[in-house]
Amino acid sequence: MSTVSIPRPSKPWGFNLRQSIPDFVGAVVTILITYASVAYTPLKGKLAFVFVLFISAVIVSAAISAIRRDRKAALNSVSTVMVYVAGIFVIFPLGSILYEIIRRGIGGLSFGMFTTDMAVTASDAPLNEGGLLHAVVGTLYIVVIASLISVPIGLLTALYLTEIKGKAAGTVRFFVQAMSGIPSIVAGLFIYAVWMIALGNQYSAIAGAMALAILMIPTVARTSEEVLKLIPNDLREAGLAMGGTQWRTVAMIVIPAAQSGLITAVILGVARIAGETAPLLLTMGGADALNLNPFNGNSSAIPFYVWKNFLLGTETAINRAWSGILVLMIIVLFFFSLTRFLSGRKGRV
Amino acid sequence: MRGFGINFTTRSPSRNHLSAHFLLGNSSITHVSTAAPTLPPKRVITTKPRFSDKVFRGVVTTGGFSSLVILGLISLFLLYNGLNVFKSEGLKFITGFDWIVPLPEEGLPAQYGIGAMLYGTIVIGLIALFFGFPISVGAALFLSYYAPEWLKKPMVLVIDVMAAIPSIVFGLWGFFVLMPHAEYWAKLIHKYLGFIPIFDMPANAYSRSPFIAGLVLAIMIIPIITSISREIFAQTPLDRIQAAYALGATKWSMIKAVVIPYGRGGVIGGAMLGLGRAIGETVAVYTVLNIVFDIRIEVLLSAGGSVASMIVNKFGEANPDELRALMASGFVLFLVTLLINFLANFIINRTARE
Repeated sequence: MSTVSIPRPSKPWGFNLRQSIPDFVGAVVTILITYASVAYTPLKGKLAFVFVLFISAVIVSAAISAIRRDRKAALNSVSTVMVYVAGIFVIFPLGSILYEIIRRGIGGLSFGMFTTDMAVTASDAPLNEGGLLHAVVGTLYIVVIASLISVPIGLLTALYLTEIKGKAAGTVRFFVQAMSGIPSIVAGLFIYAVWMIALGNQYSAIAGAMALAILMIPTVARTSEEVLKLIPNDLREAGLAMGGTQWRTVAMIVIPAAQSGLITAVILGVARIAGETAPLLLTMGGADALNLNPFNGNSSAIPFYVWKNFLLGTETAINRAWSGILVLMIIVLFFFSLTRFLSGRKGRV
Repeated sequence: MRGFGINFTTRSPSRNHLSAHFLLGNSSITHVSTAAPTLPPKRVITTKPRFSDKVFRGVVTTGGFSSLVILGLISLFLLYNGLNVFKSEGLKFITGFDWIVPLPEEGLPAQYGIGAMLYGTIVIGLIALFFGFPISVGAALFLSYYAPEWLKKPMVLVIDVMAAIPSIVFGLWGFFVLMPHAEYWAKLIHKYLGFIPIFDMPANAYSRSPFIAGLVLAIMIIPIITSISREIFAQTPLDRIQAAYALGATKWSMIKAVVIPYGRGGVIGGAMLGLGRAIGETVAVYTVLNIVFDIRIEVLLSAGGSVASMIVNKFGEANPDELRALMASGFVLFLVTLLINFLANFIINRTARE
């Protein structure tokens, strides 16, 4: 007796076979056009394939949208294809880089390369002779010394920005931001001008470390500032309300609370400088033999080792360069994952 | 049960009484023990910092200004070392494009001009932006509005890893992997678009051209521009996005009407940060660019310039005089990148605050 019909619950936004038939047909048509044009026209090769695929995908999807709806929908599908292509383009180089590093670098990798240096090895000697011990030690030295210099300075800068909040905080923040953009070669030239020309020292690991410290300070300062900002103000106020001085509040409450984030900041800085090459070329001299004294004498680092072997240009030297890059990438990615692990473990700090 | 209850009620007041008595007694004892009742000295409440705080604030403030001091020292030392060259060359240091270092026995005056290098730097920077900017903004839009949820995290990771790759890796990859492909692309461009002057080829030399250097730089600056654009896009007010959808906008018209006007400044700032990195890049450019002191408009030809790479190129066998010229070039490079960074950060900060 009642004629009220209850509509069947449906999900118009969900997957719908009938509506997705045109999309499917469009994809098939696109691929067919691409194959046909690569097979029957002078456009040949992978590049042509990608190019034609892209163009035909844009045209076909626009045509389908225009037929089904209107011009605006056509424009929308053109932009969708373009944005997807941009997304793919971003992933592609990294895949190629990692693949090539492993493919070309794995051959020269051996345990012996971590126990010997290049002091008595000719550039065209077989790969199982010589190694990059001197470079690994050099990288270790410069990373440790650069951290010792830049971590206190970077942390103090961050504390100035978050705890003191002086009148000049805005200016300091602005300069730190700008400092993170200075070219690495300029840092190398600066250390050369101060340490070698003005103070009359020789090439050494410590000179390279000082140049890298300049590049590391802004990274440490900016990341630490972000971390310290996340510490709730309640903690600071509680510390002060308990009668603590600002010094004790910062040292005993704020910094311990931010500890893991601050460690992340330091490692992020290390990851930033571990692969830096240009400043080392001007400050470290690039030795082939192991130099255990970081304060004097030519020394090397992994990027420098790669650079030297690249410039030598013989086949084995190039192989050595790729192995060096593989080692370098393992180190950099190790630090990178460490920061991810540390920052993922404790919320977002 | 009942008895227990009575017991309880009768006991508890006595207990309370007891404890109250105990407390009173206790306090009376302390009163008695001090012969004359004296109040503790009144605390002086002051905002004056303690000595330890003064030291703390002093040290932190000094450390906080270190970045300004370092930047100042860099410009001072580079300027001081390059001063002689600036004096002898004058404006020709910027505009001239001859770098002639005569042998000592020739007795001729040296000539230093980085005009060609500055021009080359700008050219490869612009090529890098030409390829890198659309891809970065597209990728940022993809990440913010198109990508399915499961893809977002891995893709952000990919971009972060790319930002962490050292430049020497890009250099070797560019030289051994990208360059053979890029030479082929360059030949195609020359074949089909050769009538445009910049794609003309006076000689058959396609390797180590500004085009290839620009491609490598484009890949290097993509992570910077993408992550900054993404941060800016993430701040687009959600109500305006939903308002656009409610009015029947397609995704693209929503982006055109809301996201792009809102984030324009930040995206331009990100592009400038990328340009700053491209201009300062040394090692990666050195491997894929043939440095020639000449201004050429043909971007596919194996001849280009870059101030940063030129410094490394000439540094090895530079005499003290030439070294001063390199310091002067470093000073110019420093000023240019600092200026670009200032401007970029200014634009980004302003956009982010709005």
